[in-house]
Amino acid sequence: MTRYIRRAATLCLVMLAALLVNVVRLQLLQAGELRENPANRRPLIARYADPRGDIVVGGRTVTGSKDTRQQLRYERTYHDGPLYAPVTGYSSQLYGTTLLEHTEDETLAGTDPLLAPLPLWNDLTRSRQPGGKIVTTIRASVQRAAYQGLAGRRGAVAALEPSTGRILALVSSPSYDPALLSGNSPAVVAAWRRLNTSPDRPMLNRAIRQTYPPGSAFKIVTAAAALDARIVTDPNAATDARDPYILPGTRTRLPNRAPRCDRASLSYALRYSCNTVMAHLGVRVGLHRMRETAEKFGFNDAGLRIPARVAASTFDREMGPDQLALSSIGQFDTAATPLQMAMVAAAVANGGELVRPYLVDRVTTRGGRTVSAALPRTYQRPMNPVTAQVLQRLMIQAVEKGGGRRAAVPGVRVGGKTGTAQHGVANAGVPYAWFIAWAQQREASRPAIALAVVVEDAEANREDISGGGDAAPIAKVVIEAALKGRGG
Amino acid sequence: MTAPAADAPSPVPPPPPAPPALRMPKRRGVELSLLVSAVLICVYGYTAVGLTRSGAVPPDAAAYGAGLGLLALFAHLAVRFRAPYADPLLLPIAVLLNGLGLVLIYRLDLETPGDRAAPAQLVWSTLGVALFIGVVLALRDHRLLQRYAYVSVAAALALMMLPILFPPVNGARIWIRFGGFSFQPSEFAKILLAVFFAAYLAANRNALAYTGRRVWRLQFPTGRVLGPIVTIWLLSVAVLALERDLGTSSLFFGLFVIMLYVATGRTGWIAVGLLLAGVGAFAVGAFEPHVRVRVQEWLAPFASIDAGLGPSQLAQSLFSFAAGGMQGTGLGAGHSTLIGFAAKSDFILATAGEELGLIGLSALILLYGLLVARGYRAGLALRDSFGRLLAIGLASIIAVQVFVIAGGVTGLIPLTGMAMPFLAQGGSSVVTNWIIVALLIRVSDSARAQPSDGEGTDSPTLAEMTTAPGSGR
Repeated sequence: MTRYIRRAATLCLVMLAALLVNVVRLQLLQAGELRENPANRRPLIARYADPRGDIVVGGRTVTGSKDTRQQLRYERTYHDGPLYAPVTGYSSQLYGTTLLEHTEDETLAGTDPLLAPLPLWNDLTRSRQPGGKIVTTIRASVQRAAYQGLAGRRGAVAALEPSTGRILALVSSPSYDPALLSGNSPAVVAAWRRLNTSPDRPMLNRAIRQTYPPGSAFKIVTAAAALDARIVTDPNAATDARDPYILPGTRTRLPNRAPRCDRASLSYALRYSCNTVMAHLGVRVGLHRMRETAEKFGFNDAGLRIPARVAASTFDREMGPDQLALSSIGQFDTAATPLQMAMVAAAVANGGELVRPYLVDRVTTRGGRTVSAALPRTYQRPMNPVTAQVLQRLMIQAVEKGGGRRAAVPGVRVGGKTGTAQHGVANAGVPYAWFIAWAQQREASRPAIALAVVVEDAEANREDISGGGDAAPIAKVVIEAALKGRGG
Repeated sequence: MTAPAADAPSPVPPPPPAPPALRMPKRRGVELSLLVSAVLICVYGYTAVGLTRSGAVPPDAAAYGAGLGLLALFAHLAVRFRAPYADPLLLPIAVLLNGLGLVLIYRLDLETPGDRAAPAQLVWSTLGVALFIGVVLALRDHRLLQRYAYVSVAAALALMMLPILFPPVNGARIWIRFGGFSFQPSEFAKILLAVFFAAYLAANRNALAYTGRRVWRLQFPTGRVLGPIVTIWLLSVAVLALERDLGTSSLFFGLFVIMLYVATGRTGWIAVGLLLAGVGAFAVGAFEPHVRVRVQEWLAPFASIDAGLGPSQLAQSLFSFAAGGMQGTGLGAGHSTLIGFAAKSDFILATAGEELGLIGLSALILLYGLLVARGYRAGLALRDSFGRLLAIGLASIIAVQVFVIAGGVTGLIPLTGMAMPFLAQGGSSVVTNWIIVALLIRVSDSARAQPSDGEGTDSPTLAEMTTAPGSGR
């Protein structure tokens, strides 16, 4: 019997060994694959187990975390949610993340290895760090002035500091409160559906994700190209642009809304926005150089990130002369985001050098230790410095004497350009009102702000919509906010 | 193995005289210190759960430690005075497993505030230890049980049939409910059945092994000898199949085959057993939807995810083990409650795997292995066939059960609902396991107390069987 007992014992040993081998397989060999199975809720639970790191504007956090005591424990909260939504985006347990919540997710969730004091050790122990902080370049007063200036009308404001590329304001209106999407309750589902079906499209980030025909505001780009190419050498000299101007190769007459545009100088054309002069200059510059200049300003760049992706602004690569003429006054297929047009103004203000715009100033640990900090980087030099100086002067004149009068701030150098963009089939849509501008204290060495305002107010009377009438006053309050409390 | 070389030629001196009757050392002090360690480990675990979950030592940690310590102490005293030669590892392993089970159940209770199982489990554990002490005190010699073989089997069958009269729970008709308590009679039946198998096989092993017809290379015993035992075995498996108690029926099956093999040494029985098992499993799998689902889940644990129905319990269990990795998340820090309703019973091993990791889980499995090994060792050392078969039977119950459950929740074999000995929530299970350990203590005491002359003899005499219990001491 002893022999058989021993054999039975061997059987037990085999069963024991099988169990151990199987457990090793499960817990070591296949563990990674099982952990990553999408049906495994553990990563989600871990993600929401701790308060998320915060996004900071002007020394104050604009986000927070709420302990729900649910399985997915912490929910995102927002202070002034609608005001900062185009900056923060949302962090939803159901719908994922967008904008800074998305691009900076690793830092905010605490999974970024940079946050760990001992990265390798933390990899080994699979421990999470407390979520880090994202300190933005946004200035709260500028952001608020822009949001209140739009006053709920459809539109957007993008503002940045020309010499550094720091984005001072990103406003989209009407906006929404990202807190509505934080949790995973039926109310969140309802809010999601409502926000997505609303005709106002409140979740659209008009400042960086929507492109509009820039209209006359684009004439700054055309002027830069014409000056750089020495098509125009004296901005005050008469040009050979005739009014009426027939689009090349067609019988279409290009209309002017401004008077006395026949053979007008570049200076006059920018001040009163002569379509004929700018279209003619664009055609004379030629497609190749027009395109080159536009692209140096940032057009056709699908890879621009701030760090959220910015929709590509477009300037067509293949066009006939008639189309080029229209494109040169910001019509035809030309389209730009408000941020893109703010970059145009910034390049002029900064002496022809365009600095890459950015939104994240610093990343710190929860304790405040800086993990990384942004440095200004040149994006392109779309025009030479002399051209930039000429354009600065012309833009100041446009504000002082031209269509941008309502953006003037006493005692401050403000340069601007209005734009009223036709759109829709046969231009039947309500036109968009543009205003791009920059401002500099007289004694300051650098411009304080460059910005673009777009108002797409469907409620207004069509005749009333103009860059000078609707957008310039908003630019003014934003400029005032930017200059206030900035030394002198 | 001191069998003298009797046929050796004369240069070899005559065999030495049989050594004086040597008894094994008692080693009760070892047992006591192991018990203290076991209780301390459990208190440490209990404290760790509290620290992880609420940042504070649970207020009743001292009471819990004292309670477990007292149970261990009383059990130890009973062993010390009534089974002083018993194997010193058995009791500490049982206390450690039971204590860890309480820790894990307490930990899982925190996730389900409305359904606290730990207090009831503690009551059942106390009852289990009381019965353990009762068995150690009252049963002075295991051979006494041999007389009650037929009583045992009758009681076992009656117990197993009882739940048919009660409503099913979660698809299985294996519980009896009265008052607030539920009770699983098949748990007790397995001890009774082991006793019966041991007694019957011990009495008839020669007839089973050497009589009857020979077909091809298999020696078939006469129907008269084989009949009763196969009938009883088939009856119990049939009853369990009726009650959908898959786990216990596979346990009984394994138990029967192992004991039959050990008693007769006929490999053919294993072959016949496996054949029968295959046929039975196929039949049940084909006609019983409950079983077929389990087999399908085992073959494709993630099929329900692909079908958009969310992870099955088995998939959740596999996720738990994977989450634990090498070191585990730490007690209280895992999410094995995602498994759902059976987390405290059938799937408690998943919590151990997630929170104690591969290291802790392997330690647990090795503890069971040690318990089984000690049972086998007692069986090897005993002289009487009944005792040997009983020890092997009881140890095999634990071995098969651990294999079936652990294999089930880790996806090695199809899942069958059964309770992890000592670890899982379940009163009848804890009580039964304490009785099994009590019986193992009793047989190991006999094994180690008897004069050590090597191997036990295979055929006890009538005289041996009727020797007054404890007279050897």
